[in-house]
Amino acid sequence: MQHLLSTADLTRDEAILVLDTAEEMARLTDRAIKKLPTLRGRTVVNLFFEDSTRTRTSFELAAKRLSADVINFSAKGSSLSKGESLKDTALTLEAMGSDAIVVRHSASGAAHRLATAGWVSSRIVNAGDGTHEHPTQALLDAFTMRRHLGDLEGRRVVIVGDVLHSRVARSNVHLLHRLGAHVTVVGPPTLMPVGIDTWPCSVGYDLDAALPDADAVTMLRVQAERMTASYFPSAREYARRYGLDAVRLTTLPDHAVVLHPGPMNRGMEITADVADCDRSVIVEQVGNGVLVRMAVLYLLLGGSTEEEDR
Amino acid sequence: MSRVLMSAADIGRAVTRIGFEVLERNRGTAGLVLLGIPRRGVPLAARLGAQIARSEGPVPIGSLDITMYRDDLRLRPARALEPTDIPPEGIDDRTVVLVDDVLYSGRTVKSALTALDDIGRPASVQLAVLVDRGHRELPIRPDYVGKNVPTSRSESVRVLLSETDGRDEVVLARRES
Repeated sequence: MQHLLSTADLTRDEAILVLDTAEEMARLTDRAIKKLPTLRGRTVVNLFFEDSTRTRTSFELAAKRLSADVINFSAKGSSLSKGESLKDTALTLEAMGSDAIVVRHSASGAAHRLATAGWVSSRIVNAGDGTHEHPTQALLDAFTMRRHLGDLEGRRVVIVGDVLHSRVARSNVHLLHRLGAHVTVVGPPTLMPVGIDTWPCSVGYDLDAALPDADAVTMLRVQAERMTASYFPSAREYARRYGLDAVRLTTLPDHAVVLHPGPMNRGMEITADVADCDRSVIVEQVGNGVLVRMAVLYLLLGGSTEEEDR
Repeated sequence: MSRVLMSAADIGRAVTRIGFEVLERNRGTAGLVLLGIPRRGVPLAARLGAQIARSEGPVPIGSLDITMYRDDLRLRPARALEPTDIPPEGIDDRTVVLVDDVLYSGRTVKSALTALDDIGRPASVQLAVLVDRGHRELPIRPDYVGKNVPTSRSESVRVLLSETDGRDEVVLARRES
């Protein structure tokens, strides 16, 4: 693995290697001294053109647990807000000696551009690009599901809500499909992207029909900030048709788990009592995020990064 | 070109002897913890533990992966991690016996000692190896040795164990260059 740009690029073996490595990270960090010396002397840059709390802190913690030096670049309060281009920013970071760049950008394809344009030799990790992909989120979701359900081969996963604006949905569909799960995306027709029929999943519009045989349900955040038109009549109507509440929760099989990539709109796509119930693994996802990002950084930077060894 | 250094019976006898040596030196099983270094140190630690259990009683057995602590990580692409399993008793104030198949440069053992630092503070650490082939690059010595084998650096020592390789044998081979 040279970069992590999308889950669609990952082979099944690579995906399983990341998940297995994260499992070992869990054991290695389950002790008094959580820090490992592995990436000592490496520099990881968090380059965030979009707001983020959990992803950025999660990557920062993951890099620090592996003893890498971490630099945070965010759009607010930096030259990025003065209109510096992606290329110039990347060249600056490269000149400072970065080994990996974790990038989040509002434009789909930004991470890919950074990885392939030849501007930098750093390893690139996509931490969310527009409405395209968010591979580490999908990996941590799969990791969390695997911990509760075991092997995902043949498991049924339902992804609900704003698929149109969701990079999480796309990354999840590709990864879960690769791992052998059957994925169904459910949401209002107005929030389904063009070309959804080419995704390796089935599409439904009725949440109640999808829940009874689901092994895991991922509730997507309704991304009000990306909505430039009215996609549904009202929040109340959305919640009634596509929100997960206590009544719908009872129609799930007993072993099924509920996920949410966060941040949640409580009362919109998920009610507070469901978010806090014992079937919800939402808080666990956050902790698992650090483990999965440690695994990714280790696999990208832990070995030699010289050109000839690639 | 290869030569058998130890047969299955030789390996069995060596493990039996090391089991007794561990008990003799530590005066029993009190406070002992066996930690195998993956991969082949792990089944060896299990066999050593079984041997000790037969003569005096059970001891905690675990594994200690040293990949994250290696000093040569940057010389090769990232490697897959092996399991680290510390027994619930922990290692604080205990006598840890590290178990590995071959002792060569000593760098693996050094990495293992560094890894132990992050887990706890053992009362003492001892080292058991099936084969000591010499050529140390660090001031490290084993406490228990199955067989001392003088080798040249152009040779390689392969330990085969039934758990990982389907049969028990130690082979000395000339490295193909």
